[in-house]
Amino acid sequence: MERSNVDLWVGVFVAFGIGALLFLALKAGNVDSIIKSEGYKVSAEFDNIGGLKPKAPVKSAGVIVGRVESVTFSNQSLRAVVRLNLDKQFQFPADSSVSILTSGLLGDQFVGIDPGGALENLEDGDRVRITQSAIVLEKVIGQFLYGKMSEKDTD
Amino acid sequence: MTFFRQILSRLGRATINSIWRLGEASVFMARVVSRSSIVLRRPRLLVAEIHFAGVLSLVIIIVSGLFVGLVLGLQGYETLKRYGSTGAVGTLVALSLVRELGPVVAALLFASRAGSAITAKIGIMKTTEQLSAMEMMAVDPHARVVAPMFWGGFISMPLLAAIFSAMGIIGGYLITVVVIGVDSGAFWSQMQSSVDFHHDILNGVIKSVVFGAAVSAIAVYEGYASVPTAEGVSRAVTRTVVTSALAVLALDFVLTAFMFTGAH
Repeated sequence: MERSNVDLWVGVFVAFGIGALLFLALKAGNVDSIIKSEGYKVSAEFDNIGGLKPKAPVKSAGVIVGRVESVTFSNQSLRAVVRLNLDKQFQFPADSSVSILTSGLLGDQFVGIDPGGALENLEDGDRVRITQSAIVLEKVIGQFLYGKMSEKDTD
Repeated sequence: MTFFRQILSRLGRATINSIWRLGEASVFMARVVSRSSIVLRRPRLLVAEIHFAGVLSLVIIIVSGLFVGLVLGLQGYETLKRYGSTGAVGTLVALSLVRELGPVVAALLFASRAGSAITAKIGIMKTTEQLSAMEMMAVDPHARVVAPMFWGGFISMPLLAAIFSAMGIIGGYLITVVVIGVDSGAFWSQMQSSVDFHHDILNGVIKSVVFGAAVSAIAVYEGYASVPTAEGVSRAVTRTVVTSALAVLALDFVLTAFMFTGAH
């Protein structure tokens, strides 16, 4: 094959390959994970986090406002400590409450923020006081069964 | 007693032989890599080899990628339909392609399309004594012939794997969104929320780079070490395909064990 023809085809091939990589990075993957967005960190303690994992979304009113950075266990309070990385452009009142919710019946767990009414906003390093633990399906079923049993006993 | 002796000595010979071959291959590859500066001094050699290994494999990679995506989309849809979460089909297609199928299937196709061609080319050059002729003219065949072929394959493979994954995702999109009618927004947004750039895409690229190095090294070595007869070259080509396939699958297991398990 002619020299310039070979050059042209190799050029097409390389451009195509790089285009495919860009397609994977921009269209299939999320661009947010490439650029580490500036954020502030807030922590919260829970009695039970269920199946919450790092990188799970943090949502408020259904909009993703940040991600779970880490999940650890505190030896002092004997509770789970969840650190949240929130986007700087979203501000929440200091008395906001966080809860662990599930998307769908069997979906992944995420953290929901319900804004409070305080005048000051949450800042980097703050701790959210009001938390609501994950609903553990086994416990709910257990309570339901227990309730049914005691109902029968009283009849 | 003599029977056992025979079996044991055969085992010993096979072991020594394979270790010897491994050593020879390492020395050969070290020599090729150390003479690779020719690739920078005469880039036209490399361009010709990228054309030989990459451009000529383009059609098979695009067509197979598309069909793998179509099948993944169909099967994923049929299974996810039972749980009422057909929107997740995009996630399924993208993750399985980017993490596993893209690099692995592209590497297997690359080994059978380009690897075998590289082995045959070097083997026939050896059979027709072109390599010896080069040595007589004080041209090092490691540098002039083998190094550009190795680097050509090494560069082509990650690009081919990326094209394979991209075509597969397009195939999955075509069958599930265009033909079956899954919601387009759910398809892309669920995919984007679960495909991570570092964890999934970058690890897939690393895999394809490793596979490209392995397949290209096996192909050039088998060609160079082939017995210079018609039968010897045909055996070398067979060995290239078989060894590359085994190497790719074994390496894939090791890399997956390192990349996708443990604390995330």
